[in-house]
Amino acid sequence: MLRGSSAVAIDNERNKHPSDVIAAASAARARRSGRVGLATASRSTSDPHPAEMATHELHPNDTLTTLKMESENLKAKLEEERAKLHDVELHQVAEKIEALGQFVMKTRRTLKGHGNKVLCMDWCKDKRRIVSSSQDGKVIVWDAFTTNKEHAVTMPCTWVMACAYAPSGCAVACGGLDNKCSVYPLSLDKNENLAAKKKSVAMHTNYLSACSFTNSDMQILTSSGDGTCALWDVESGQLLQSFHGHGADVLCLDLAPSETGNTFVSGGCDKKANVWDMRSGQCIQSFETHESDINSVRYYPSGDAFASGSDDATCRLYDLRADREVAIYSKESIIFGASSVDFSLSGRLLFGGYNDYTINVWDVLKGNRVSILFGHENRVSTLRVSPDGTAFCSGSWDHTLRIWA
Amino acid sequence: VFTFILKFQHDHKVSLPMEQVIVAMQDPDLGIKMKNQRLLITVIPHAMTGNDIVEWLMKKYSIMEEEALHVGDLLVRHGYIYPLKEPRNLVLRPDESPYRFQTPYFWSSQQWPASELDYAIYLTKKNIRKQGQLIDYEKENYNLLHKRINHTWDFVVMQAKEQLRASKQRRKADRIVLECQEQAYWLINRPPPGAFDIREHGPERRNRLTSRVQLVRLHSFIIHQKKIHDRTFIKYSEQYFSHDPMMHGCPPSNPWITDDITHWALNTNTVSTPTKLRVERWSFRFMELLSDPLGRLKFMEYLEKEFSAENLCFWEACEDIRHGENSRIPQKVQEVYKQFLAPGASKWVNVDSKTMEKTLEGLRRPNRFVMDDAQMHIYFLMKKDSYPRYLKSDLYKNLLVKAIAPQETKRSVFPFMRRHRHSSPNPALVAQALEEDGKAKRLGSPRITSPATSP
Repeated sequence: MLRGSSAVAIDNERNKHPSDVIAAASAARARRSGRVGLATASRSTSDPHPAEMATHELHPNDTLTTLKMESENLKAKLEEERAKLHDVELHQVAEKIEALGQFVMKTRRTLKGHGNKVLCMDWCKDKRRIVSSSQDGKVIVWDAFTTNKEHAVTMPCTWVMACAYAPSGCAVACGGLDNKCSVYPLSLDKNENLAAKKKSVAMHTNYLSACSFTNSDMQILTSSGDGTCALWDVESGQLLQSFHGHGADVLCLDLAPSETGNTFVSGGCDKKANVWDMRSGQCIQSFETHESDINSVRYYPSGDAFASGSDDATCRLYDLRADREVAIYSKESIIFGASSVDFSLSGRLLFGGYNDYTINVWDVLKGNRVSILFGHENRVSTLRVSPDGTAFCSGSWDHTLRIWA
Repeated sequence: VFTFILKFQHDHKVSLPMEQVIVAMQDPDLGIKMKNQRLLITVIPHAMTGNDIVEWLMKKYSIMEEEALHVGDLLVRHGYIYPLKEPRNLVLRPDESPYRFQTPYFWSSQQWPASELDYAIYLTKKNIRKQGQLIDYEKENYNLLHKRINHTWDFVVMQAKEQLRASKQRRKADRIVLECQEQAYWLINRPPPGAFDIREHGPERRNRLTSRVQLVRLHSFIIHQKKIHDRTFIKYSEQYFSHDPMMHGCPPSNPWITDDITHWALNTNTVSTPTKLRVERWSFRFMELLSDPLGRLKFMEYLEKEFSAENLCFWEACEDIRHGENSRIPQKVQEVYKQFLAPGASKWVNVDSKTMEKTLEGLRRPNRFVMDDAQMHIYFLMKKDSYPRYLKSDLYKNLLVKAIAPQETKRSVFPFMRRHRHSSPNPALVAQALEEDGKAKRLGSPRITSPATSP
């Protein structure tokens, strides 16, 4: 930066007005990336319907640029079609319902024991135990109610970004920079080394970002920095189904609580949230309204919608049957990304953990922020509401986990 | 819709919204009113106090003082605002301490890499200017750099001296400002050991995988008129309002708040009399009934009276196939066929002919999903027929009447008296004990009660 420049030239650079600098940098970057604004121009009178355009075959002359432009055009048209049918936002429909009153939630437990950043946590179905994982490779099982640690495993890798409690309560799964997801049966024999019984289940070609058991201990769903999600048979380690479609790292996933129980949603660095059919491996719905990485996705309790949290500092709600975004939860004073989101039991509240160390509580229906919770001393990296909705747990880069109620 | 997307590297993703705040703060009309601030005997222009920052944020974003202080502090920690007094300590003090905006040239979002050469020049300048002004970690870094880029050290010293000479020609106020700016920059880019490092972002993420173009499959975008669905969220939230402990309290009390686990004890899967809220919830939707092990048990009792229990047994067996081990699928499928679908089966279920045909076809190559259609058929049969009748039945009504409705206890009079926090058996321990007794079926099967068994 300073190399070869004269002292005077540096001064001139430094004295530029901030907004000029931003504008110039934006223009330069836009030119470099060759990004064109979504086409609102170039509209012929006989535009084919988006569904028809999909069957357009690839011709040898199609260059990458033209294909990309066509993809952008299709997306824009799709948004137009969607918007035509539905011009009401959720908060407008919710105008008449009562606003929520004063909201008081406090830290009821602080779990100290990790020696480094806490990256992920999950609740046990018994409503009081949790598993948490951290940057230094430690995975700990706690009785959060008594704050006692009950099990501890040291993974052979750092940055254990994913962990999950098995539905039976008898095992935990975890993984991270080792590109794998491993299952550890929980033994109460103090002398037994948990690591000895470890089972390697999933193998990706990049870091493991999230994992979840399906309805039993026998299957695990994973997402990875290699851009894919995958379903695995725990017993054999066999890959049952893989899910391709994200254009970049997949960061999060959540299983649908639906009657047929066959779908899940994932979010990634391509700013997309994709809904997948677990049977066929197909992406059945896709949403792209966020302006940056999607760090967290979580289904609304009924399964009719899901929420997302992103580096663009907003959380959003997507209605699956209306096939569109129906709410944005944002505030100008919130300038850091949301790392993880979850709903209260009734779905009326959305809790968001943010990279500015705070937790913001949103009224899902009315769209306003109900409360802001301070306490953590570094990024909130993970947040889950307990299975019976009595509390939620947050994990942070400040090495602690907190239970709030 | 014109979307202008700025392509920042992952490292600098946080910066754009922060920069918007900073730009707004410096707006000539609506921004902070800057003044001269006195620093000992020197007057520094274009400065503001910590108070100014907090008050501006409170007003502009309609937030309380605590939040404004938090946001302002983050702006300082990320190097967009620096303190003139105690410049080594990047924190926001809500008092008359003077602060200034960092020059955009030094913003952490700028793509200039903070190179070793630049750092070396900076440390050399400090060293020359005042011998011994380097702090321990800076001394260490200086020595390391001296070794590593020794070959360009003449250039380093020359640049350092040149910059010092140029700075001597400035007014004292300007010199102080530029020194503070540069110091703040390096505090961010070469933080002292153990200090908060804003550059840390976790493992690297890639934003775009090669040049694969994903043409979206559009056949599934059948767009219906969807206005009616707007009210589903409102209805759902209203229905579950009194069941949401965070909205409505938790009878008798929330265990996390009062340390009293009665609420959990009243809601285990083996409890003889369920609570009123719980029984009510079974009437909300069929899935609620089925996913509560106790609800399912009670429903099974009802079905047995109606001689249609085989439907629920079939559904459970299908769940076991879907979610069980891969290796046992062929065996399980065979058993299910024999028990439920074969002509003359002991627990024969009534599946329509079309579905039966499809299922039989699929049995030739048994897979995890081979029973899906049949399972769904039976599920909807129960949902449309048995379930509504169950809710009207005496069995269910009786449950509701006998159900426990604990009173919400008032907050304890002596809040400082902490109850003893009872531990509960670890589910893994319970499972191990059962297995040792030889009584357990395969764990993880939906037929087994889930481990919500606190004492």
